[in-house]
Amino acid sequence: MNVLAAPAKPAGGPGAAEKAGGKTLQRRRGRTGYLLILPGFIFMLLFFVLPVFSLLATSLYTKPPGADIGQFAPALEFGNYAVVLGSYWPELLRSFAFALVATAAALLIGYPMAYLVAVRLRGRKLLQGILLVLIIAPFFTSFILRTQAWKQILADEGPVVPVLRALSLLPADGRLTATAFAVVCGLTYNFLPFMTLPIYANLERLDTRLIEAGSDLYASGFTTFRTVTLPLSMPGVIAGTLLTFIPASGDYVNAALLGNNRDTTMIGQVIDSRFFRVVDYPGAAALSFILMLAILVLVTAYVRRFGTKELI
Amino acid sequence: MVQDQLTTPPGEAAATGSTGGADLSLVSVTKRFTDFTAVDGLDLTIPAGSFFALLGPSGCGKTTTLRMVAGLEQPTSGKITIGGRDITGTSAHERPVNTVFQNYALFPHMSVLDNVAFGLKRRRVRGAEEQAKAALELVELGHLAARRPGQLSGGQQQRVALARAVVNRPAVLLLDEPLGALDMKLRRQMQVELKKIQTEVGLTFVHVTHDQEEAMTMADTVAVMNGGKVEQMGAPRDLYELPRTAFVANFLGKSNLIAGTVAEDRGDAVVVDAGGHRLAVRKDRAAVHQGPVLVGIRPEKLTMLWPADAPAPEANLLHGRVLDTSFTGVSTEYLVQVPGVGTLGVFCQNHGQQPARPGDDVVLAWDTGHAFGLGGDQDSTAGAAGEDGP
Repeated sequence: MNVLAAPAKPAGGPGAAEKAGGKTLQRRRGRTGYLLILPGFIFMLLFFVLPVFSLLATSLYTKPPGADIGQFAPALEFGNYAVVLGSYWPELLRSFAFALVATAAALLIGYPMAYLVAVRLRGRKLLQGILLVLIIAPFFTSFILRTQAWKQILADEGPVVPVLRALSLLPADGRLTATAFAVVCGLTYNFLPFMTLPIYANLERLDTRLIEAGSDLYASGFTTFRTVTLPLSMPGVIAGTLLTFIPASGDYVNAALLGNNRDTTMIGQVIDSRFFRVVDYPGAAALSFILMLAILVLVTAYVRRFGTKELI
Repeated sequence: MVQDQLTTPPGEAAATGSTGGADLSLVSVTKRFTDFTAVDGLDLTIPAGSFFALLGPSGCGKTTTLRMVAGLEQPTSGKITIGGRDITGTSAHERPVNTVFQNYALFPHMSVLDNVAFGLKRRRVRGAEEQAKAALELVELGHLAARRPGQLSGGQQQRVALARAVVNRPAVLLLDEPLGALDMKLRRQMQVELKKIQTEVGLTFVHVTHDQEEAMTMADTVAVMNGGKVEQMGAPRDLYELPRTAFVANFLGKSNLIAGTVAEDRGDAVVVDAGGHRLAVRKDRAAVHQGPVLVGIRPEKLTMLWPADAPAPEANLLHGRVLDTSFTGVSTEYLVQVPGVGTLGVFCQNHGQQPARPGDDVVLAWDTGHAFGLGGDQDSTAGAAGEDGP
C-alpha cells in the first residue's frame, strides 16, 4: 500500500498541493456527489426502470392461437387494458375506497399519537423514546401474523363483537369477520406507523411558541390547532397519507386474510390470482400498470392541491 | 412629581388618558415551579396608558410575570386584574392582552397581512384586513403585506410582531425583550419608534428587559426585579439618582459603594466613618440613619482634582492613586485606589483638561447632595454582574 501511495504524493511540496486542491475542490465535490449517487442509480435502473418497461411490454403480449397455458407472444395488444379494466374496475375502485378510508382512519388515530409524543411530551426524552418504540413495535412481528391476529380480535367470540351487539351497533346476528370493516381495520392497523412517524418527525420541529402566539391572539385551543398547528404540520400529514394510501391501495394480504371472496376483493388480490392461478401474465401486468398510473394521477392531484414547497 | 413632569413630554398625559388601555394590577402574585419560586408575592399596579418596564437580570422572574399577565402561565397564588376585572384563571385567548414575543413568533405559513389580521379575525372584527393594513402602515411596512415573515429582516419581523399585537388595541400590551435579537443601532432606532407608537396608540405597555439603558430610555416607570421580587420602582431618573438597595445601585448604571458606620448625626445629615474617612450623606437620601451603612456615589458625580487644587480638609474628600485609565471619547474612566476604602470608579467628562496617568496621586470630591446611603447589611456587589449582561 505504501509503495503504491507514495508516487501519488504531490512533488511540489505542501503549498503547491493546497493550491491545486483549492482549484479543483469545486469539481471534486461535484464528482463525489455523482459517485455517491451511482449505487442507488444503478439499483433503481436495474430493479425499477427496467422492470417497469418489462411490465409494460408484458402487458401488451398476446396469446397465440393454440398456445399452451402461460405461453404468450410479444405484441402490441392494447386490448388487454380494455379487457381487464372492463372486468375488474369494481375491484380497482374498491381498493381506492378501502385505502382512502384506512388512510383517513390512520390519520385520525396517528395524528393525536404523534402530537402527544412530539409536542405534549417534549423534553421528556425517556417517555418519548418508549412511546416511539411502541409505535414501531408491531413491526417486530410478522405482517401475516399481525393480520391474522385481527381475525381473533374481530371473531364472534372475540372482545369486539359482543360489545357492539350489546350496544346494538351490530345486529344480534351481525359479524365482523370477513367484512369490508375487517379489511379496513387490518389496513389501518398495518399502515398506522407509516402515518404516525412522518407526522411525528414534523411535529417534533414545531415551534410551540407559535401555539402560544395563537392563544395570545384570541384563538381557542381548537382554532389554534386549525389555523396554526395543522397547516404547519401539512408536510408530515402529506408524507404520512402517501405512505399509507399508496401501499394500502395495492395491498392484498389484508383483503385475503380478513375479507371474503364476494364484496371485499381488492385489486392486489386480482393481480395475484391473474398471475399465479389463471397464469394470465398480460392481464396481471396490465392491471399492475393501471394501478400504478391511477395512483400516480391521484397522488399528483393530491400533492398539487395540498402540497407545500417543502415537499415538491 | 416634578421629575415625572420632566420625563413626560407635555400633552402626552392628556393624549394617553383619552384612548385605550386599562390599569393592570397584580396582588401578591406568586409562581412556584417544582424546584424554585420564580415570582414571590409580587404586588404591582400599572396605571392605564403608561409605559412600564420590568427590568432585571435573567432568572429574576420578569418573564414569568409577563407570562402570567398574558395567561400563558397561571399564578400559584395571588390575583391579576385588568381595569378592575379579575382575570386570574382565565385562558390566554380570553384576555384583552397581546404580546410581542421575544422571537416574534410570527406564523411562517401566513403572509404578513394575515399575521397582523389574525387576532382581529379570531374576534370576528369587521374590516379586519383594512385595520391590519393600517397597522402595517403604522410600522411603515404597508408595502410588504403580501410577503411571508421568512422573507423579512429581523427588524422588519419585529415591526410585524408589534403591528400584530397593537392592531387588537389590547388593554395591556406586553413586550418580552422585543429588541433583544436586533443589533445595537437598530435597537436604538426601534426604542425611539416603540415609544412613539405607544404615544400614538395610547395603550398600556409593559416591557420586559434586562437592558437598563433600554428600560430607562423608554419607560415612564421602571420596576427593578430581583429574585422574584420588585427591589424598587419609580421613574427612571428617581431610580438612578436615589437607589434604595445595593442591587438597584449596581444594576442601574454603576455605583461606588463604600461601607462604613454612622459616626455622627448632624440634624439634616449623617456623617459616616469609612476606613478613617468622614463622608456626609443627607438624611433624606439615606435609607438608614445609624449603624452600618453603604455610602453610594455614581462615578460621574465624582470630581477628580490634583492634590494641589484640593480644598481644605473636610468631609467628602478622598485621597487616592490612579490605578487605570480608559479613554472612551466623551469621557475618561479612571480606577482610583483609596486606602481604607477600596477602588472607586470615576468618569471624567472630556473637557480637554490634562488627563491623569496611572500612579498619579489625586483627590476625589463630590457634592453631598449626590451621595446616597443604603442599609449596610447588603452585599455591596449585588447586581453588579448585570453590567456584563448581553
